[in-house]
Amino acid sequence: MLAEIVRGLWVTLKHSWRRRVTVQYPDEREEMPRGYRGLHKLLRWEDGLERCVGCKLCSAACPVDCIFVESAENDPARPASKGERYASVYEINELRCIFCGYCEEACPVGAIVLGNEYEFCEDHRDKFLYEKQDLLVKRTDDYPELKARYDERKLLTYV
Amino acid sequence: MADLAVMLVKVVAAFGALLLIAAYMTWAERRVLALVQVRVGPNRVGPAGLLQPIADGIKLMFKETVIPAQADKLVFVLAPLVSLVPAMAAIAVVPFGSSVTLFGRQVDLVVADVNVGVLYIFALGGIGVYGVVLGAWASNSKYPLLGGLRSAAQLISYELSLGMSLLGVVLITGSLSLKDIVAAQAGYPFILLQPLGFLLFLVCMLAETNRAPFDLPEAESELTGGFHTEYSSMHFAMYFLAEYCSMITLSAVAATFFLGGWRGPFLPPVVWFLIKVFAFMFFFMWVRATTPRLRYDQLMGFGWKVLLPLAILNVVATAGVLALLG
Repeated sequence: MLAEIVRGLWVTLKHSWRRRVTVQYPDEREEMPRGYRGLHKLLRWEDGLERCVGCKLCSAACPVDCIFVESAENDPARPASKGERYASVYEINELRCIFCGYCEEACPVGAIVLGNEYEFCEDHRDKFLYEKQDLLVKRTDDYPELKARYDERKLLTYV
Repeated sequence: MADLAVMLVKVVAAFGALLLIAAYMTWAERRVLALVQVRVGPNRVGPAGLLQPIADGIKLMFKETVIPAQADKLVFVLAPLVSLVPAMAAIAVVPFGSSVTLFGRQVDLVVADVNVGVLYIFALGGIGVYGVVLGAWASNSKYPLLGGLRSAAQLISYELSLGMSLLGVVLITGSLSLKDIVAAQAGYPFILLQPLGFLLFLVCMLAETNRAPFDLPEAESELTGGFHTEYSSMHFAMYFLAEYCSMITLSAVAATFFLGGWRGPFLPPVVWFLIKVFAFMFFFMWVRATTPRLRYDQLMGFGWKVLLPLAILNVVATAGVLALLG
């Protein structure tokens, strides 16, 4: 028994000069893996138009029904999106969302994707109802990691 | 008058140092456990987390003292003290350095050189058990009761072997004073003469201080903290301090009995003493990081069927050899 304990002590001693596995979180952050499903983002095309065409497929695919979309006709002079319509209201209840990624799979234009952001806190439950301006990115090129979330070839070609 | 002043200074210095070291041992323990578990440990409060014990202390002081409605209030409040005071008082007889000359007077670096120092340490250790058992009983709650029950059985059975393991050294020295025991190790430390006694003492001191693998009385996983389940705030802190103080005391005793106390080459005696104590403290933490908790029957079986016979054998053998040598 004594030999076993000594062997155990040796094992623990060996571990004590291994490289630490701790990530000192606020000071250093781990890079999120590809395909990480964090906070939703609504993307734009390269020319700045919104990708979302207000088709509500994401809302239909959502298993917990946390997405609410209302669509409106585009003004031909100043279109918001490339399709006939755009999302005039786009709300996601981030507390209800289970981050399954079905919305992103359902989206025919690669508009909604789940990003790498995981630090979103609010001081009131109501504030977790994220609106369109909270989700919409300014330039998709600023988020190269989000581009990997959808396959450009599988998107609908008519838009 | 001057004697009294010297006495006071020694008492304040010794107990202040004891409390400080005990507080920092909580930090050291967390760092050592983290080391073994490939983590970092507390490193946020101050450089390398060195202010963590102070932050913890302040936090504990401001916490609410919860006394269960069904508890025996007087005993509940007194029990942590019964645990802490003997644990601290026991350090008084351990010499932490040779005598020094200060302002033309000879000062022994020991708070009190009692001629029955060994007995004194065991007596206080025996009282310390009451703190745990009383606190457990006064809580009037299931888990503390079970913890107290285990504690009573464990501490009583291991105290025997603990005493026996030191008897070999006492036989060789022929004195119960810790000062004489250090003096007798001028040539070589007693670990060379009493290797078995040393091993037995190492095991028993783990059991005496309720440390892993003998931490059954407080077993977090089964008894949610055992005897101190119902304790909070400073009452809990007192139990915590008591555990660390008795760890330090027993480390000091081990250093004194087997490693020659403050003796050592080159460095000043107090430094040598501290090095030895810290080495034992590290051993405590190292073992905690390594061993799983014993089952209750294994604990009792090991104490009575292995440790005690070995301890008695050690005493008899030592006495026999001493008698043969005349």
